[in-house]
Amino acid sequence: MAAVLRLVNRGTLSSAMGQQYLTFSSAPKVQAVGVRAGQALPERVKIVEVGPRDGLQNEKTIVPTETKIHLIDMLSASGLPVIEATSFVSPKWVPQMADQVEVMKGISRIPGVSYPVLTPNLKGFQAAVKAGASEVAIFGAASELFSKKNINCSVDESLQRFNDVMKAAKEAGVPVRGYVSCVVGCPYEGKVAPEKVAYVAKRLYSMGCYEISLGDTIGVGTPGSMIEMLEAVSKEVPISALAVHCHDTYGQALANILVALQMGIGVVDSSVAGLGGCPYAQGASGNVATEDVVYMLHGLGIQTGVDLSKLMDAGAFICRTLNRKSNSKVAQAVCKL
Amino acid sequence: MGNVPTTVKHCLSYEQLIQDYPWLRRWLLLEEKTITGHAYPKFVKIVEVGPRDGLQNEKEIVPTGVKIQLIDMLSGAGLPVIEATSFVSSKWVPQMADHSDVLRGIQRAPHVQYPVLTPNLQGFQDAVAAGATEVAVFGSASETFSKKNINCSIDESMLRFEEVINAARERQIPVRGYVSCALGCPHEGHIEPSKVAEVAKRLYEMGCYEISLGDTIGVGTPGSMFKMLQSVMKEVPTSALAVHCHDTYGQALPNILTALQEVWGGFVTNLLLAGLTMTTVFFCLCPGNVQASQSVTLFYQHPETSMGVCVVDSAVAGLGGCPYAQGSSGNVSTEDVLYMLHGMDIETGVNIAKVIEAGDFICSALCRETNSKVARAKGRTL
Repeated sequence: MAAVLRLVNRGTLSSAMGQQYLTFSSAPKVQAVGVRAGQALPERVKIVEVGPRDGLQNEKTIVPTETKIHLIDMLSASGLPVIEATSFVSPKWVPQMADQVEVMKGISRIPGVSYPVLTPNLKGFQAAVKAGASEVAIFGAASELFSKKNINCSVDESLQRFNDVMKAAKEAGVPVRGYVSCVVGCPYEGKVAPEKVAYVAKRLYSMGCYEISLGDTIGVGTPGSMIEMLEAVSKEVPISALAVHCHDTYGQALANILVALQMGIGVVDSSVAGLGGCPYAQGASGNVATEDVVYMLHGLGIQTGVDLSKLMDAGAFICRTLNRKSNSKVAQAVCKL
Repeated sequence: MGNVPTTVKHCLSYEQLIQDYPWLRRWLLLEEKTITGHAYPKFVKIVEVGPRDGLQNEKEIVPTGVKIQLIDMLSGAGLPVIEATSFVSSKWVPQMADHSDVLRGIQRAPHVQYPVLTPNLQGFQDAVAAGATEVAVFGSASETFSKKNINCSIDESMLRFEEVINAARERQIPVRGYVSCALGCPHEGHIEPSKVAEVAKRLYEMGCYEISLGDTIGVGTPGSMFKMLQSVMKEVPTSALAVHCHDTYGQALPNILTALQEVWGGFVTNLLLAGLTMTTVFFCLCPGNVQASQSVTLFYQHPETSMGVCVVDSAVAGLGGCPYAQGSSGNVSTEDVLYMLHGMDIETGVNIAKVIEAGDFICSALCRETNSKVARAKGRTL
């Protein structure tokens, strides 16, 4: 029976069996179970989809512009409220994102959905605005060594660079999202002090970033280190302005996201099909899969506005195009029923 | 509470106790490991099911020598419980046909338990003849799953298990009980938490010292895990519960985390239980009031607010796929569980590096990549 179903389901995801399992996640009758001694889980979580940028950026083979546009359009259709579309870094450094302008101009923008783009400096910002960007993002690091190796300058120097972007963005009325990488561990320095993360997060927030996404860049965090870091940061930046960007390299992402939610954080970054490996552990996984995050959130009775089936369609599309198996366990399980 | 003695008032109302002795709250808080209002156990017992639950799913017969070496490597890693094999008929599970040879061949480390599955009296007798000192029985919360899996209804399976448990009691052999489909069934879909509680209670009352609640198809989320545990903890003490989470939908670690979490109020209540049980038991100690003291014990757990399970089943290298989603993962990886627990300063007594070695060994033997993300990452870090 299962073999027949697999035959019938090949290339599609809408099998009756698959849908049956998705209902374990949608569970409309499940109350939000987070009311524990006065600590409620958020009723709603905003998912920031980073697949098209953070995910595809890691691909060695250049992904055609049309594929990127189609992926973003499918993600828009799934109800995701924020989709990081591309990056205005120099193509010399990130050739994958060389088609940044075409992608921005080619996507069908849904009203109410944000399409932030990365802008590492003023030049990138100006190019982004010219291409029609209405939200941008800047990337800091909590580790000095990582900052030097990744963007060739110290943490303070990078924050100085971002000042120019912030000023220009303020004048243009463009909101800016700040990222802090290596918030729990650094591939070069090892453990990162929570106070350092708090310092960088506070600087970005004071400069004018409306939201700070805290990234466990190498996925080494556990609920223990995650909470320690979040407690330090939340002393400097309001919880409502914080997001978590967990990597699943050590399988800890969902557990880390859960404790972040229990602390009141209501914004989670993730990547469709878990696109984007870990450049520091070759062959290991990187970004947490959006499908798996949404499955967990819906199972907790938390609203996301995302249609999991449509999201999985987008994941299936990009995996077929990249000729690769999905890193999402939900996608793998539902595909094989 | 009227004319009830003060001691009993304090037994029945934690809030009343704290109101009368406000210093207690601060004193007891110092004893806890808390992370944002949640307490966690200081120690979690890992029950390693790789050699049985894991290998059972393999199509190719794994040589006896490989099974024995795997178990010996796991013993060397400090795991306190390693499910060694299964005394089911080899007609149904050919992979476990060498059960007696495995049990006789392994080097038993002191203080390590090697439970074996015994689905019926015949299996139990064979297990004892082969030297088993602990056994396990497998029930289900789903009627359809029970019929398809072991060819009988839940009630019929309980009768079979009762025979095993009675025989085990005579020989002072502890019995562990499993409840499968605790969070969902591949045939019935949603399973009512009350049904899981009913089956868990039956196994516990028959004499199982521990009940492992299995999310057989891995569909559970922290939401459904919480609701199921709430229900089960009304019938079975938390200290007798374990969780057996499958990672088919990537939910195993957050589900395990949910099971471990206690709200500090619940933890404190359990601590008070230790000190106040004497009074309560004395109060209830009349003929026929044993049930009353059991009820009081369960009442103290404040099932609305506390989980605090401290036994977790897992499989080295995430051995054991999901027969209901071909090619998908099944058991959660022991390595990934250990990484999380150790990262939270929860002790397990297990050496994660040695578990990774054991995982590497069995994966080479099976010509397969590990399902453990920790093992994969550690193998490839710069």
